[in-house]
Amino acid sequence: MTREEIIKPENLVYKKTKVLTDTVMHFCPGCGHGTTHKLVAEVIEEMGIQSETLGVAPVGCAVLAYNYFDVDIVEAAHGRAPALATAMKRLRPEKFVFTYQGDGDLAAIGTGETIHACNRGENITIIFVNNGIYGMTGGQMAPTTLEGMVTSTSPYGREQQFNGHPLKITELVAQLPGTYYVTRQAVYTPALVRKAKRAIRQAFEYQKLNKGVSFVEIVSNCNSGWKMSPVKANEWLEENMLPFYPLGDLKVPEKE
Amino acid sequence: MAFKGTIVIDTEKCKGCGVCVTGCPQKCIALGKKANKKGYNHLEIIADTCIGCANCAILCPDGVIEVYKVKV
Repeated sequence: MTREEIIKPENLVYKKTKVLTDTVMHFCPGCGHGTTHKLVAEVIEEMGIQSETLGVAPVGCAVLAYNYFDVDIVEAAHGRAPALATAMKRLRPEKFVFTYQGDGDLAAIGTGETIHACNRGENITIIFVNNGIYGMTGGQMAPTTLEGMVTSTSPYGREQQFNGHPLKITELVAQLPGTYYVTRQAVYTPALVRKAKRAIRQAFEYQKLNKGVSFVEIVSNCNSGWKMSPVKANEWLEENMLPFYPLGDLKVPEKE
Repeated sequence: MAFKGTIVIDTEKCKGCGVCVTGCPQKCIALGKKANKKGYNHLEIIADTCIGCANCAILCPDGVIEVYKVKV
């Protein structure tokens, strides 16, 4: 069978979702942000909630999310996405509201907003992409940077005595009574991408129940900030990030 | 039952990261020597063994791969 015989509309099994626009993403080659964008968009398409979804974009690498998602997106001040999402969900409770944030946004400048939105149990979905570095501004140390990790502001590696411990914000919010579903996923192998998509789908489904925050962390790479090739960065992620940020569900709703 | 598949690559949007290549169980794709307008060595099909599993397309951060599959 020739290639031309296979390429027919009825044989199509995978193509880019329509919820993402045709704009070429500005992310570096191989960045996990692109994959995560795609997963969120696919979930929105599968649930058929494109016109019912409101997003909040962060400041950081994903700042241009409003150019890529074909849903209504509001740009929040740095770290204030959960606060803005709170207002949006309270004013329009029938809509699906999600925030899409990086680690510099959610775990550094926005820690207060994140903790309090999670503690209040706002009925929103938070997608948190953790790559352990400030990617957009040139690879500075973030609160989630691992000990010993070299960044442009910790050129000899992060020292615990001088820079403190890496912040496990996902474990922190899992303690709070306001969160309903807290999970940590990754997107560097096909199996993990499929799993992460199920988790994001679950997080959006739980929003219908009005039970509290659904929080999905995606452990991602930053090959530019880490100064590695994309494939090498994914290997480094598996060897170094995952032992400290283990994948899996941190809080799942009890079955009734 | 076996499947036969093929992919269509949007070579101008491909950024040549090579993450898709790591996910291909059939080793039928690789980064080529030709560069696109942006200067990235884009993805190319190197063997006719594709089974249409869509792993490459699922991994692609930029969504440049379309997958087609038929039963044979």
